[in-house]
This record gives sequence, structure tokens and C-alpha cells, in this order.
Amino acid sequence: MYDVIVVGGGHAGIEASHIAAKLGKKTLLITGNIKNIGDMPCNPSIGGTAKGIIVREVDALGGLMGHIADISHIQIKMLNNSKGPAVRSLRAQADKITYPKNMQEYLMKMPNLTIKESLVEDLIIENNIVKGVITENNERIEGKTVILTTGTYLRGNILVGSKNTPGGPHGERRSNYLSTKLNEYGLKIIRLKTGTPQRIKKDSIDFSVMSKEHGDNTYWTFSNDFAPSYKLEDQKPCYLLYTNEKTHQIIRDNLEKSAMYGGYATGVGPRYCPSIEDKIVRFADKERHQLFLEPESLYYDDWYLQGFSTSMPEDVQEQMVHSLHGLENAVISKYAYAIEYDAIDPLQIKPSLENKVLENLFTAGQINGTSGYEEAAGQGIIAGINAALKVDNKNPLILKRSDAYIGVLIDDLVTKGTIEPYRMLTSRAEFRLILRHDNADLRLRHYAHEIGTINEEQYARLLSKEENIKKLTAYLTENTLHLTSEVKEIFINNNKNVPLTGLNFYELLKRPEINLDFIENFITLDYPDEVKEQVEINAKYDGYIKKAFKEVEKLEKLEEKQIPEDIDYGKVTNLASEARQKLDKIRPKTIAQASRISGVNPVDISVLSIYLKKEYGKDEN
Amino acid sequence: MEDTICAISTSMGIGAISIVRVTGPETVDIVDSIFDHDLKNASSHTIHYGHIKYNEEVIDEVLVMLMKGPKTYTTEDTIEINCHGGINTTKKVMEILLASGCRLAEPGEFTKRAYLNGRINLLEAESVNDLIIAKTDAARTLAINNVDGKLSKQISNLREKIAKILANIEVNIDYPEYTDELEVTENLMHEYLDDITKELNVLVSGAKNGRLIKEGVNVAIIGKPNVGKSSILNSLLDEEKAIVTDIPGTTRDIVEGTITLNGVAINFIDTAGIRETTDIVEKIGVDKSKKTADNADIVLLVLNNNEELTNEELTMLDKYNNEKLLVFVNKMDLEKKLVLPETIKDVIYGNTIDLDGLNTLKEAISNKLNLDSIVNKDMSYLCNLREIDLVNKAEEALKNAQNNLEAGYSVDMIEIDLKAAWNYLGEIMGDSYEGELVDKIFSNFCLGK
Repeated sequence: MYDVIVVGGGHAGIEASHIAAKLGKKTLLITGNIKNIGDMPCNPSIGGTAKGIIVREVDALGGLMGHIADISHIQIKMLNNSKGPAVRSLRAQADKITYPKNMQEYLMKMPNLTIKESLVEDLIIENNIVKGVITENNERIEGKTVILTTGTYLRGNILVGSKNTPGGPHGERRSNYLSTKLNEYGLKIIRLKTGTPQRIKKDSIDFSVMSKEHGDNTYWTFSNDFAPSYKLEDQKPCYLLYTNEKTHQIIRDNLEKSAMYGGYATGVGPRYCPSIEDKIVRFADKERHQLFLEPESLYYDDWYLQGFSTSMPEDVQEQMVHSLHGLENAVISKYAYAIEYDAIDPLQIKPSLENKVLENLFTAGQINGTSGYEEAAGQGIIAGINAALKVDNKNPLILKRSDAYIGVLIDDLVTKGTIEPYRMLTSRAEFRLILRHDNADLRLRHYAHEIGTINEEQYARLLSKEENIKKLTAYLTENTLHLTSEVKEIFINNNKNVPLTGLNFYELLKRPEINLDFIENFITLDYPDEVKEQVEINAKYDGYIKKAFKEVEKLEKLEEKQIPEDIDYGKVTNLASEARQKLDKIRPKTIAQASRISGVNPVDISVLSIYLKKEYGKDEN
Repeated sequence: MEDTICAISTSMGIGAISIVRVTGPETVDIVDSIFDHDLKNASSHTIHYGHIKYNEEVIDEVLVMLMKGPKTYTTEDTIEINCHGGINTTKKVMEILLASGCRLAEPGEFTKRAYLNGRINLLEAESVNDLIIAKTDAARTLAINNVDGKLSKQISNLREKIAKILANIEVNIDYPEYTDELEVTENLMHEYLDDITKELNVLVSGAKNGRLIKEGVNVAIIGKPNVGKSSILNSLLDEEKAIVTDIPGTTRDIVEGTITLNGVAINFIDTAGIRETTDIVEKIGVDKSKKTADNADIVLLVLNNNEELTNEELTMLDKYNNEKLLVFVNKMDLEKKLVLPETIKDVIYGNTIDLDGLNTLKEAISNKLNLDSIVNKDMSYLCNLREIDLVNKAEEALKNAQNNLEAGYSVDMIEIDLKAAWNYLGEIMGDSYEGELVDKIFSNFCLGK
């Protein structure tokens, strides 16, 4: 009897099984192919805008993705470094051979974790309570909790033109029956679609006509616990190229042959990840589209043609690729394809990622309607933690929207549902100024310590960092800059405006053109860089940060306003019809959650609050 | 499930026709049961001649307008019965409807249903209410224009403009590697903010006008005791045969009377005479007068031509000069002892005894407020307190954006203020804004792997 059974060895399943085992739970990871654990079937990168912050959050919670990416990449850079601190995010070009290899080695050494190769086709269920899984060989494996992280493998279909092949990515086997079974047990199944572009043989590419995209000249790590292990000069470049009129003409001429436009696909694809034919049709007046060539690995020669995802038949893909400048003689090693798969309706999931219909069943990743390795990992670690907590009869960890991007992600899913694969975007986070890449540890490690997913040494470092931030802030506030002629000269020599009066250093730091480096002209600041960074951001964005926390406070008050589970929305007079339907379907737990449902307007929220106050009395203080 | 409601929609006076309106799920069944022609199988948006019958007795000869949802005011099935038999018959028809399963509609309930069913937005619903309670012609025209959605369109357009900028900034943030997309730089942001501020200012100044039109202009008449304040008031009201009302002013002052200028209600507020005093009771009165003047839209300071300026009067002149001050120099028939500072511009000379200068005074009030230009048939202004509050908040957020941009913050920070402004504008219409922006991003920009 296992405590936690995780089905699927992708990025969600990895984090789920790792963290459950780390919490001392007897854990089983079942996957169709052990060699594919940690595989990256699509783009060869970890992180990216918003996603890079999720990776740091997974790391802060004690997860694996950040550390493994750190030791497996061939390029890393900080995106948006010229913009404000709230929107910065790391992206690494991960090596598609090294990453899974390092991941598998790490997991094999994990105490409490058993890894098994098989396909799960059914669940053991008694009275809507999940008690284990049944494999394709009819083997019954009992578990107190089950986490499904099945990715695109539920009734997966690969689409290339009018060709429709059942199967997972890389020709892997799919699960044929599990989603049908889930449907029989009362889960609503939705059909989604995603796609991946061509891989091109390195030797057939003329890189000389493309522009190079380098990694940063600064060392970075996702992980908060390890020093960088790469050399700056070892980083490999990516390349930028463009489509042209000829490419567009080929696509227009062959449009009806594509799986999507020819009507061969039924799944809903993501808008943020459109196929190239989509881009040409929807943005007809655009003369060119940007594409990127990214190396997949140092150990084989495939390059990933980012931006060129398509479901055209192979012969058309040949023409399309060869129309690109620099790829006239390109050899395509893998054609682009679209993949359709079954997912469950995330409105049937609780914020803990446990299912509303089937108790002890958790889900994470693409099965919940998301897309992306990082989104999967973020849910995986939460599902793993909450399955472990459930085994111990403890309350689940539910991250708030003001705690983490992971909180935003899960809240969006369970509150709004999704009709397309959900990708995290900076714009989805209303508190992005608080949810920065640089403070993931400060935001989440207290939770992690309380649950037990980080060790005492990691915790001690967190406490010391917090202490130092306080100390440095106080030190800057308590010390005043006196405007001696010598001081004035330093300002002038550095091209900075001389302050009109003396002021304390914290106030000085608030000025846009002043940083702590400059202040060290006047006082010694013997603190680690990570501490200085926090103090500087706090000072610079003081006004905005305060405003954001005020908003958080408002939201938290609304989060406290519980909506009784048995509320009859039919009895709440004066609700707009649309709001009534949505509320009845989603049945939000709090007024705050209700207010985030699209179609539920502020007036409806007032109406609902008044009703609760009248009917239940205890709603408001 | 909503019930079926009915109400007499025309005024309860004596007229050729009065209309009874019914709406709700049972509408067709109920009216069909008391009408002598088949309505159940009739097609929508048709007119039927026939009789209302109750217990075999013909009550009235009527025209029935059958309108099935959703293309009706409330989006629910709606029937209007045009009754011909005068008010008592109409009341009888109502009674029969009530006996047959209808409920008497609460005031405004038809509009409420239109809003709740998503046919009109909050701004339009509020305007319907304003229309019903409009006191003057101008207020009515304003409300009608707002019901028509003119203002909604104006606000939607502005929001659309802001949304495009927000989406552009988000795209720059989320897809930094796509350098083909326009980058919203600090300079560009300056331009955008100036443009939006200009458009928002139209709404903000419009809101001021809207309030004037809806609630009327408050004119505080101040001056020292016995300078002729009451005489001026009486003359103005007397000449206009004004209705003396008990409408409370904004500061709980008693509005002594109201006249209509260019269709706008002008509420006159008399105040206690202002002078230096040691009498405690009188001092309370004087302080209150000053407060009234502070809150008024126009301060009409009445002076005596025959006396020199007191210190108190000079203070008043200084305090309200040009902004909202009108000076009426009374008692021009007496010897001139008054010397006005040259800076005072809006001065009317007259005499309350023979009504000299009173017309000039009215003209001056109208000019001061620009009533000619703000009251016109195309006007559409925000006029509801909730709306005005929100548009002011939007303005405040935009100001923050401007200031922070000056202070050197990056565009992704300024966006926080801009988004706040956008949200406030959305709230005016009662829209929820969740998701809108993400939709915008993907409909306007072409990105992704």
C-alpha cells in the first residue's frame, strides 16, 4: 500500500513524486517509459517570462526543476532586465539530453520513491473515493492518494495534415481508456490541442544569414541553494530569422491541407501558441514573422524552429521550411505536428488540486488544462504536497494570488476554468510587483519550512536574509547624508542631481538615479548582494509596493468572507442572470473568488454580500 | 425563476390611451387568458385588436402589442395593452392581471430586469432612473442621451484605447524577444498619457456639467445684513413665478426658491448676514453662511452702493474672486460711496426696488456657468454621484501615471496606474473586466512558438 501514487513522469509528475517522497511518504511513480522521465517534447527551454518566476517558486517550495535546469542548460539569460524588477524572469536553454538524465539520476536516488514502468488505464474507486490504480495488465496497485499527471497521453492523437495517428509525443504509447473511465466516474472531459514545430539538422542550416542571440554575461541560477556550475563562455547562441512573402504564399496556397484549417482537428488550441498558418491568416497584413532556431542538445544535431509550429502535411512543410532564408537546403529531422488530448474540466478541481467528485484524487499539469513545463511543475509540487498532507489528515497548502504565480495559476483554473491550454502570463498576476523572481524564497520558504519540504539549513539562511534586510533598511534610515562640499562633489562627478537638503540614505535611495553602489561612496554597507537587492527594490518602488499590499489586504478581507457550500443562488434576488448561472456552476468558496468569475460584476458581488449578511449574519464583521 | 410583473406605464391622468405593461415568463399565458384572441400561437412583435374579458364580461376594447423575448426591453416576454376606456377601466384591467397571476411591479423594476438580464449596462440603467426623476427639460434630455448609450460609447472608446496600450505593454513584457512588435517606450508613453488625459478631461468636465444639469446650480446669496439679499431673492422668484420648493441644498441649507435658466434649475440659497460679531448665536449663523458660500456653485455677493466696503466684504471678494463670484451692487439710486477693487470683473449694478439689473443678473449667472454651451440637445455627461466619483478616481490614477513617468519609473510600472484608470472606467458601466485584457493581447498581437 502506497501513500501516494503518481501517474506520469513529466514535469508535474516529477515534482509531485519527489516532494511526496521528500515528505517521507511511500511514493510510487508510474510512467509509460522510464527513459522519458523529465523529457521535453516541445521547446528546449525552462523558464521564460512569468514561467521563470514559477521555476523559482517551485525551488523555494523545495522542488527540483530549478536546480536540474541550473546544471543542464547551455544558455541562460534574464529577460526584461531593462524593465522594472517585477517583470524580470530567467530563461534557460536546457539540454534535452542532460536535463532528463540529471533528473532521472536524482529521482533514482530518492528515498521512499519507487519508479515503475506501465500504463494506467483505470482507478480503484469505492464510493467516489479513489483507492489506487489499475494498469494495462490489470494489476491493481493500492494507494491512499493518486495524482494524475498524464500530460498529452490521454487519448492522444498526433495530427500532421490529414494524417491522424493515435499516440503520445515521440511515437510513445497513449492511454486509451483512462479518460473514458474518468468520464464514467463523473468527470467532465474536454479536448485540447497543442503543437510543436520542426527540428532541423544542424549541418543543413546556413547560420551566417541569421542574427545571433547570446546568453547573458552575468551568472544566474534558478535555484536559491546552489552556486552556478556553468562557465559564461561555454554558453551557446540561438539564432533569429524571419518568414517572408514566399513562405506566406505557400501557406496560403495550401491552407486547406492543414489539420486545423482542413477541419481534421477537434481540440481547442492555445491562442498564445498559434500555428504559423494561424498567424498568416489572422495577421494578414504582417509582412514577416520572427522565428528562432534553438539548439536542442550538445549531444545530437537537432535544432528547434521556434515560431513555425504547424499541422500542414509533410510535403508542404518541406516547401515552407525551404522558403526561409538560411534554410534553403535544410534537412527536417522531425516534422511539426499538432497533438490533441483529453483533459478534465478544471472547474471540477478544488484549490488544493484534489478532485471535487473523486476524493483522494489529485491532478496536475496538462490534464488540468494547462500548457508548459513550468506550469506543470508548479501544480505538480502543490499536488504532491497536498496528497502528502491529506495522508496525514492535515489542511492543504493553498497559495494565494498574492503569494505566488502558482497561486494565480491554480486560482484561475479552478475559478474560471479554461477552454484552451492555459499558459501563465505576467498580465494574469494582479500583484506582479509583489510576485517577483527575486523574492520567491521570502514569499514561500516559510510555508515550505512549516510543511517540511526545506531543511533547517535552508531555513536558517532565509531567516538570516530577512534579518539582514531589516538591519540594512534601519541602518540606511537612521543615517543621514550631510551635504558637505566633498559630498556635493561626489554627486556632481557622478552626474547625479545634488539633493537640496541633507536626508537619510533610505530616502536618497528612493531616487531613480541612485543605487546602493553609489551610496557606498558615503557609508560602508557590508551586506550580501541578495540583501542589498531587496532593500533597493523596496525603497525604489515603495509607493507602488505599498499600494499593492493595500490591494492584497482588501482582497484578503474578501477571501475571509466565506460563502456557505449549500447556498441556493436561486434565492438571491437581484443577481444578473449570467452571474447567477456562473456562480451556481462554479460555487466559489469565498466572495473574493466569486468576484474573479468572468460575468460576475461588482454589482452582483454587492448583491451577494448583502444577501449573505442578511441570511447568514456572520458574513461581515 | 422570476415572476411576471405588470404596471400602468402611462401617467395616471386623463388621456386617450393608457398602457399597461406586462413582462415575465408567464406574460403570454396570463394575457391570453383574459384576451379574446389567441396570443399563444401568434408571432412575436405583432399587434392584436380585441377585448379584455373577465368572467365573460367585456372590460375594455384594447390593442395588444405582443413582444416575445429576448428582443424586448427586459429581454423577457413582454406585452403592452393599450387601453381605451379611461383611467378607471385601466385600473380594472390591472386588477384582472393581478388576479390572474401577475405581481404589481415595483418602481423601476422593468429597468432593473433589463439590467439584470444583461440588456443595458449600469450607466444606462442609472440614466433611465434619472430620466424618470428629471426635474427640468435639460435634465430629461441629458438622461435620454445617456439611456441611448452615447456616453457608454464614449467611455467604451476611451477604455478600448487604453486597453490597446495595456495589451501592447503586456506583450512587450511577456514576449521580449519579439522585437518586431512595437515597443512602448517612455517617450511613447508620454504621448499616450497626454492623449488619454485629454479625453478623460472631457468626461471630467462633462461630469461637472452633468451634476449642474441634474441637480441644478446652487447660488448662495451673501452679504451683510439689510443689504437687500432677500429683496433680490423675492424679486427673482416673483418675476419667474417660481415654484417655491423644499428641495434641500447640498449643505442642508434651505433652498429658498428655484428658477429655470436655459432649462437648468437655479437654486437660490439665502444666508444669514455676514458681519463681524461677538454674539455667539449670530456667529454660528455667520459661519454657516460662509460654509454655504464655500459649497455653492456661485456666490452672489450683494453690496450697498451707498456704503464703503467692510473688511468682511473685502475678504469675501478676495476669497471667491473670478472663480465663482458675482457681485450685485444694490441701491444704485443712492449716493456712491462704494469703491470696488479693479480686479473684480463680474459686477452687476441695479436696484431691487425697481428691478433694475435683475435681468442682467440672470444673464450673468448663465454666462458664468456657460449654460448656453453646456445645455444642448446632444449633451451626454456623467451626472450620477457614483459615476462622477469613479471618473475622478480614473483621473487621479492618470495623474499618478504622469507623475511617476516624470520621476523616471519604467513603463511596466506606469502600466499599473494606467490599468487602475481603465478599471475605474469599466466600473462606471458595471462591466467586469476579468479576462478582457488577455483576449485583447491575443487578438491584436501575433506571437508564440
